[in-house]
Amino acid sequence: MIEFVDAAVDGRLHPITVTLADRRIAVIGANGSGKSTLARMINGLVEPTSGRVSVDGLDTRRDGRAVRRRVGFVFTDPAAQLVMPTVAEDVALSLRRSLPDKAERRAAVTRVLERFGLAELAHRSVHALSGGQRQLLAIATVLATDPAVLVADEPTTLLDLANTRRIGEVLLGLDQQVVVVTHDLELAARCDRALVVDAGRIVFDGPAAAAVDHYRAAVS
Amino acid sequence: MTANPLGLYRPGASVLHRLTPGPKLLGLFVLGMAVLVVRGPWTGAGFLALAFGLAALGHLSIGTILRSLRGFAVVGALLLAFNAWQNDWARAVEVVTDLGALIVTATVLTATTSVDDLLDSIVRGLRPFRRFGVDPDRVGLTFSLMLRAVPETLDLAAETRDAARARGLERSIRARTTPLVLRVVARARDTGDALHARGVVD
Repeated sequence: MIEFVDAAVDGRLHPITVTLADRRIAVIGANGSGKSTLARMINGLVEPTSGRVSVDGLDTRRDGRAVRRRVGFVFTDPAAQLVMPTVAEDVALSLRRSLPDKAERRAAVTRVLERFGLAELAHRSVHALSGGQRQLLAIATVLATDPAVLVADEPTTLLDLANTRRIGEVLLGLDQQVVVVTHDLELAARCDRALVVDAGRIVFDGPAAAAVDHYRAAVS
Repeated sequence: MTANPLGLYRPGASVLHRLTPGPKLLGLFVLGMAVLVVRGPWTGAGFLALAFGLAALGHLSIGTILRSLRGFAVVGALLLAFNAWQNDWARAVEVVTDLGALIVTATVLTATTSVDDLLDSIVRGLRPFRRFGVDPDRVGLTFSLMLRAVPETLDLAAETRDAARARGLERSIRARTTPLVLRVVARARDTGDALHARGVVD
C-alpha cells in the first residue's frame, strides 16, 4: 500500500494526501503537470520536501533502500535504464546482489527471459533490439528481483501502436501492484483507478473511465 | 545506430571461452609489456602472427578481426608515415604491427569473455583492497558503465550531427557540440536515476 501524507515537493507538487491500494492505477495529465514527480516519489527517487510518502509502512526518506527493493521502476527511455552490453547480462546485473552464485544467477536470468519471450535474444546486444524489445527488457530487468509494486513512467510514449498494446498487456497482466503514468488513455481506462494531475495537484481521483473523461473534458 | 567499437561477446565453446577471465587479462597485460620490451624489425610480425593464432583458437571470424582493425587503419597509417619519417621503415612497421597485435588480442579477449564474467574477475581481484576502502562491486559497475558509454555517446553524436545537418548547420561547431554535451549529461543523470531505482548502487 502506497501512502502520501501531505507530501509536497517545492515548486513541483502541492501537498498531496492519497492512499494507493488498488491493483491497477493510472496517472494521467499534461506534460509538466507533476506526474513524473509523483511517480518518482513512490520509490524515493524524489523525496518530499514536506510531508511523507511510505510504501507498506516504510518511509521513502528513512528507508529508501528497502522501499526501492519493494518498488520497481520503468522509465520512458529504456536506453537510460539498460546499462550492460547484452540482454542476459543486464538481467544478471539486477540479480547480482540477491544471487551471488553465478550458476544460480544464470538459471534465474534464463527463467526471467523466457517469461518475457526474450530468451532467443539473450546474447544479443542491447543496442540491436527494437524499441519494443528494449522496453520489454527494461521491464524484465526490473521484475527480475520480484518487487511488490511496479511504477512505470510513460513506458509506451516512444513505442508504435503494436508495441504500446503489447507493453500495456504485460503491465496489466502482472501479479504486482502497478502504477502507470501514461498518455495512452486507452491503457489508462483499463486500470481500476486513475488520478488526473494538473499544475502540481491531483484534480480528479476515481474510476479510470471517469478520470479519462474528466481529462478529455479539461483539455477540450 | 553505430556498431559497438569495443567488439561484443560471442558465446562459444573454444578453449579461450572456457578459460576464466583472470589469465586472459594477465596474458593481455604480459603481451603489452612484451611488445614494449622485445625489439627488432620482425618482432611485430611475430606478435601479430601470435594474435591471429589466438583469434583462431577463440574461433573468431575473419570479419570480426578486420572490423576491429578497421578503426585503427587511419591512425595506423599516420603512425607508419610518422615513424618512417622520424626513424626508419623497419621501426615504423614494428610499431604499427605491435599495436595491431595488441588490438587483435584485446578483441579476442572481449569476444571470448562475457562482460558478466569479466566484472566478476575484476570484483574478485579487487576484494583484497576492500580494507583500504575500495568497493569492488562499485568499481566493477563503473567498468561496465564505461563500456556502455562509448557506443551510446557515439549514437548521440551521430543523432546530433544529423539534427545539425537537417537545419543546415553542419559546419557550426556549436550546433554539433552543445546539444551533444547536454544530452550526454542528461543521459548520465537518467542512468544514475535508473541505477538507483534498480537498487544497484544502494
